[in-house]
Amino acid sequence: MGLVHKDLLSIQELTSDEIRLILDTAESMKEVARRDIKKVPALRGKTMINLFYEPSTRTRTSFEIAGKWLSADVINVSASASSVTKGESLKDTGLTLQAMHPDIVVLRHPAAGAAQFLAERLTASVINAGDGAHEHPSQALLDLFTIREKAGRLEGLKAAIIGDIAHSRVARSNIHGMQRMGMEVRVAGPRTMLPRFIERLGVEVFTSLDRAVADVDVIMMLRLQTERQQTGLFPSLREYSRLFGLTAERLKAAKPDVLIMHPGPMNRGVEIAPDIADGPYSLILNQVENGLAVRMALLYLFAGSGQAG
Amino acid sequence: MRILIRGGRIIDPASGVDDLLDLLIEDGKVIRIEKGAGNTEPLEASKGKGTKAAKHAESALAVDRVMDATGLVVCPGLIDMHVHLRQPGREDKETIASGTMAAARGGFTTICCMPNTDPVNDTRSVTEFILDTAKREGAVQVYPVGAITKGLKGEELAEIGELFEAGCVAISDDGRPVMNAELMRRALEYAAMFDLPVIQHSEDLHLSGRGVVHEGLVSTELGLRGIPSASEAVMVARDLLLAELTGARLHIAHVSAAESVRVIRDAKARGVRVSCEVTPHHVALTEEAVRGFQTNAKMNPPLRSEDDRQALLEGLRDGTIDVIATDHAPHTVQEKEREFDLAPYGVVGLETALAVTLTTLVVPGVLSLPQAIAKLTSEPARILKLQKGKIAEGADADLTIFDPHRDWTVDPATFASKSRNTPFAGWRLTGATVTTLVSGQVVWEA
Repeated sequence: MGLVHKDLLSIQELTSDEIRLILDTAESMKEVARRDIKKVPALRGKTMINLFYEPSTRTRTSFEIAGKWLSADVINVSASASSVTKGESLKDTGLTLQAMHPDIVVLRHPAAGAAQFLAERLTASVINAGDGAHEHPSQALLDLFTIREKAGRLEGLKAAIIGDIAHSRVARSNIHGMQRMGMEVRVAGPRTMLPRFIERLGVEVFTSLDRAVADVDVIMMLRLQTERQQTGLFPSLREYSRLFGLTAERLKAAKPDVLIMHPGPMNRGVEIAPDIADGPYSLILNQVENGLAVRMALLYLFAGSGQAG
Repeated sequence: MRILIRGGRIIDPASGVDDLLDLLIEDGKVIRIEKGAGNTEPLEASKGKGTKAAKHAESALAVDRVMDATGLVVCPGLIDMHVHLRQPGREDKETIASGTMAAARGGFTTICCMPNTDPVNDTRSVTEFILDTAKREGAVQVYPVGAITKGLKGEELAEIGELFEAGCVAISDDGRPVMNAELMRRALEYAAMFDLPVIQHSEDLHLSGRGVVHEGLVSTELGLRGIPSASEAVMVARDLLLAELTGARLHIAHVSAAESVRVIRDAKARGVRVSCEVTPHHVALTEEAVRGFQTNAKMNPPLRSEDDRQALLEGLRDGTIDVIATDHAPHTVQEKEREFDLAPYGVVGLETALAVTLTTLVVPGVLSLPQAIAKLTSEPARILKLQKGKIAEGADADLTIFDPHRDWTVDPATFASKSRNTPFAGWRLTGATVTTLVSGQVVWEA
């Protein structure tokens, strides 16, 4: 089977079979990443544009390397150094790039729905690399890949996503992705950072870290955006860390072999203690490494020979 | 000039008339309303002999135009007390000429234009400019709404007395709330000297924050920042207390939340002088319309939940909600064709309001046809003290003739408005304007 979508805009639009196909493809890609000569010709002659309206290290670099290892021509456009600063609209920027015949446009944008907006106007495949607080599908896929790799399965596992759920695209994509693959999902965070009706997405909701992490298989910590303090969502980093920071002490309530994840970049000592981030159960660097394989799989499936239709 | 409108179902909520009657119009006024007022025989038949037939012939010949309204409804010209005409300042979105033409096409004969133009309508000269332009270029009657505060800044009162003298029929900072409660109290007291209603865009800006849609399940799923219902209801409740304190007349614009309906209902029961309006889009749509990041479903207040929509229907039924008004807010295609966060708030409504009202309120039986027409005619006239919104001998012949059963499909390309930002594109609606008359002049005909 193949993928029938032109674009990857959200996890929600993927079936469990499609997710499985992406993860399986990523496994063969991971093998490429461990070769001495990391280059395969799968996307030779294909052009890929990384269009980034927000600063990003890992996602942009990850997509860029993934494209290059597949032999695509990769062009990076960042909004801060482009016509966007001259007031060009997303539509016009998109149409301008379209005229240069890219096969794939990878978009990171601060507005929810921006990837869909672009996808509706371009013939190129659009891959959403994060749109506002909406979705970040490649992140959820690499997280699922990492969990499956370590635990050997996804179905039946229990995960707790902890932190600023309201503003997190990582949380939204993971909730949908994990549920689609048969996992049970809990969310936890300060009441001010849990969006209304989140329970209607089928998740269990906690405001206590200790209770949330009890008997889960996976703990996913989210990055705290420290500027949220000014908007009254939490009183201080000190109190946030006391209530929702993951430390060795708090981990005693969890399963002894619990997997610990963080999409990065981390605030060490705020949402996660350094010894936990660097500890034996941390998958944080595995996530980064697997990001390459998953993104190679995505590029291959969406623009390479794997693309259906 | 004499026009005879024959055989229509005349619905005049002001007098309680709902009957098959003929209307005779002369020199812009309705001069006769009766069964068979124009019950003349066909012209060719009256060429015969006999004084009776000759007399008929005389009256038939004296009528310049006969409109056959058989199967149609004839009602007072519709009144929209909440329109943004954008002139002066944003003539690319709408002008007084195009906006009034859109009104005529939608069956509206009187509209009130909000003061958030550029420059703001906070002085006599702007009010006069609007009135003069409307007189020269407007298809329908325009009554300006003046600003509450200078420049809509919410800091100092505008010269409300002068605005009243110049022809403003209400005051409002619409688009923005008067956040300062003390200033709102003074505005209510001051406007009461002229018996002007104060129209509040009820929104606590702190609670709204940078929200772009209703705070609910859809905002949570799409990752869009939410505007809680409390943002509106907190302000409504505050202003109801201030209206009670001052004894002044408060009108609440575009009510959207169940909580607002509840507190307004309570205040009315206590005798507070408050009235309120709802838009056709808030009664027809919910937050679900935003899915797919549809910027033509982005407006302020936002489309809310199905529970809120049901509360609006109940408010219309029990009379808590007095008026249906469009909040016609034209924006250009390029402004709306943007990221959802960046698109401006607002939708056009003049050309779909009657049909959306009929389709979503009358056809399902929420309101009777006369009740729905009252909320589009006699009710806004009462609140604004306009000598409009009624069919009476001697009154202005502002009339709307519509087919309550005709189905049509909304095609924004056919709009008379300069803008196309409707959430109803492609909708199949029931009820279509046939003829719109302002002071006996046909301003629009299907």
